[in-house]
Amino acid sequence: MDFHLTEDQEMIRDSGREFADRVLRPHAARLDAEEAFPLEAIQEAAESGFLGLTIPEEFGGAGLGSLHAAVLLEELNAADASVGVTISVHMSLICSMLAKHGHQAQKEKYLPRLATGELLGAYCLTEPQAGSDAAAIRTSATKVDGGYRLTGTKAWITTGTHAGLFVVYAVTDPEAKKGYGISTFLVEASSEGLTVGKKEEKLGIRASSTTEVLFEDVFVPEENLVGDLNGGFMIALDTLDGGRIGIGAQSVGIHRACLEASVKYSREREQFGVTIDRFQAIAFKLADMATELDASRLLVHRAAWLRDQGEPSTKACSMAKLYASMACNRAAQDAVQIHGGAGYTKEFPVERYYRDARITEIYEGATDVQRIVISRNL
Amino acid sequence: MTNLVTNFDLTEEQEMIRDMVRRFAEEVVAPGAAHADEHKELNQVAWEGMKELGMTGLPFPEEWGGAGMDQLSYIIAVEELAKVCASTALTYSAHVSLGTWPIFAFGSDELKKRYLPGLCAGEFMGAYGLTEPGAGSDSAGTQTTAVKDGDDYIINGAKCFITNGSFAKSFVITAQTNKELGSKGIMAMVIDRDQPGFTIEPGEEKLGMRGSDWVNLVFQDCRLPQDAVLGPEGEGFATFMKTLEGGRISIGALGLGIAQGALDQAAAFAAEREQFGKPLARHQAVAFKLADMETEVQAARHLVYHAARLKEAGRPYGTESAMAKYYASEVCMRATYEAIQIFGGNGYSREYPVERMYRDAKLCTIGEGTSEVQKIIISRELMKRYA
Repeated sequence: MDFHLTEDQEMIRDSGREFADRVLRPHAARLDAEEAFPLEAIQEAAESGFLGLTIPEEFGGAGLGSLHAAVLLEELNAADASVGVTISVHMSLICSMLAKHGHQAQKEKYLPRLATGELLGAYCLTEPQAGSDAAAIRTSATKVDGGYRLTGTKAWITTGTHAGLFVVYAVTDPEAKKGYGISTFLVEASSEGLTVGKKEEKLGIRASSTTEVLFEDVFVPEENLVGDLNGGFMIALDTLDGGRIGIGAQSVGIHRACLEASVKYSREREQFGVTIDRFQAIAFKLADMATELDASRLLVHRAAWLRDQGEPSTKACSMAKLYASMACNRAAQDAVQIHGGAGYTKEFPVERYYRDARITEIYEGATDVQRIVISRNL
Repeated sequence: MTNLVTNFDLTEEQEMIRDMVRRFAEEVVAPGAAHADEHKELNQVAWEGMKELGMTGLPFPEEWGGAGMDQLSYIIAVEELAKVCASTALTYSAHVSLGTWPIFAFGSDELKKRYLPGLCAGEFMGAYGLTEPGAGSDSAGTQTTAVKDGDDYIINGAKCFITNGSFAKSFVITAQTNKELGSKGIMAMVIDRDQPGFTIEPGEEKLGMRGSDWVNLVFQDCRLPQDAVLGPEGEGFATFMKTLEGGRISIGALGLGIAQGALDQAAAFAAEREQFGKPLARHQAVAFKLADMETEVQAARHLVYHAARLKEAGRPYGTESAMAKYYASEVCMRATYEAIQIFGGNGYSREYPVERMYRDAKLCTIGEGTSEVQKIIISRELMKRYA
């Protein structure tokens, strides 16, 4: 067993860190305050080859795996979780999904454009009434000549305002047993009848775009059906396994930022004549944060490694996401606490980390959904 | 009086206050809560309403313009406000417990005459300045100085995170007269807003409590006459610590109210929202979360009310107020955190108040003594029994 990253994983980490320091960190607070989509950063990420990291080389990507992606996403999220989630969704839920489940023509048509960032991807599974109970979606896809017509409303769609390609789950067989009548479609943003609804105002990850997406009799050609007809829910579950590695890595990134900020602050801040890192109440919080950070990262890396080996990884992915997201929130709360009144202000980045961290326990399967997955797999 | 400490029923008067403030909170305060947060401004309608209802001087004697109500009635008022608008509850508790109470408890007749009627009537707010950039939990480390000059004192220094400063006339502050004496050299005094050499600067943007005003204070050769001194000269720090003992009951009530508000929201949502063919509340994972929240909120209420009853009865309440503040604020963190979890994606959206509550909650574990400071107080008192 070797706990070291490989040379190329280290390279990805270093270039991710350099990118985060140069492109992301200087603007994160402003983009958060303005709730402005980080388009320039995403474009620069594309130029650095990050968007296509997991896309096979023949389609213009770097052909790397989940573990590489996790290493990169930790770095990006340690600086800006809004950029982090935008890239994680694009990479894990769109590019990797298409590379794995799409057919040759679909890959040829879309993957190169997804790699360059010409197209950003959005993943449309959740609906207002179907959150944790994702199989309860109602968006319908009715067979027509040459394709399907989609009607329904999707909620909480990341990158809704800027996506060029929507991966949409819709019911193709309403009579089928729950979860067995759903199919996956690729829908271009320009499709007639597709409208992007109101942008959500959120607690955190405010620079990322979250919207409703409405489909009204949207025509989707036959060739944009991904995988088998009525096999969509299996694709969704498999894709979310990968997504959970991404959100696990996001949690690790935010968590690490909390720890680094807290160590720095507690070594500088003096109270009662000493720097506060000398107090057990602070030092032991830092010790817990550091231990839990490593545990999270190891769980995330194990899940990614298993997935890259093609071994069963569903339970490992859920465990990684469950643990890392909860640990990340503990770290964020402690980070603000260690900073005291200063941490409650926007003068310090922990104020943003506290808000950003909270989403990791909610999206791509809320904490209790991970517990359902884990307990069923025991 | 002793009965008050063991009787868990509210008096008729307390019930009346609770019902009155609850109705006021729901009808008048709640509708402006999101706006105050979003625009970072005072919930002005709420403040005006509190004035009209006589809440701004609630626990002070009628001779000073107060309503002459007991401590628990006041604490219940804070709780009811916090359920719907934590910023308003914080404005209110800082005004009463920190801005007004020390003048009432320690002020000379002259100071009382000058400020209490206006404070009680809500004509202006009261503010309290202890914290400095370099003196947070170590509040005895105050670096603001008071140098004797004839009959006056010359004040130099700065204070930060001062609640209600933009609307206050009286500022109760601390300054060091003699560094050699440590906390015994700290003097408390009341500075008027219009005092030359005293400037008020806007505070930083904050995570939550955005509808509550806070400012920074700067003193540059600010000349204060002898009659501005609050309480005996060497006991300024003790005066402030005593004030915080009461303030902590109100921050406990603030945390309690936010927690109850989050629980109310989460329970109503869990009853209505269906997933997997049944309401969330019928899933054990959610039902048990709600059970924990309910249990913790009730436990917090007992601690907070107990501390208020002790204060009313004239018995020591410092440790009890520390426990009430510590426990209620941590309960508040857990309750608001879990409320968001129960709401799921909706909870992360600013369309629902739990989003705001989770930001507001974090103030409670920090303001008026962090949880760590409360634990210092509690453990020191505890260890006296084993020394």
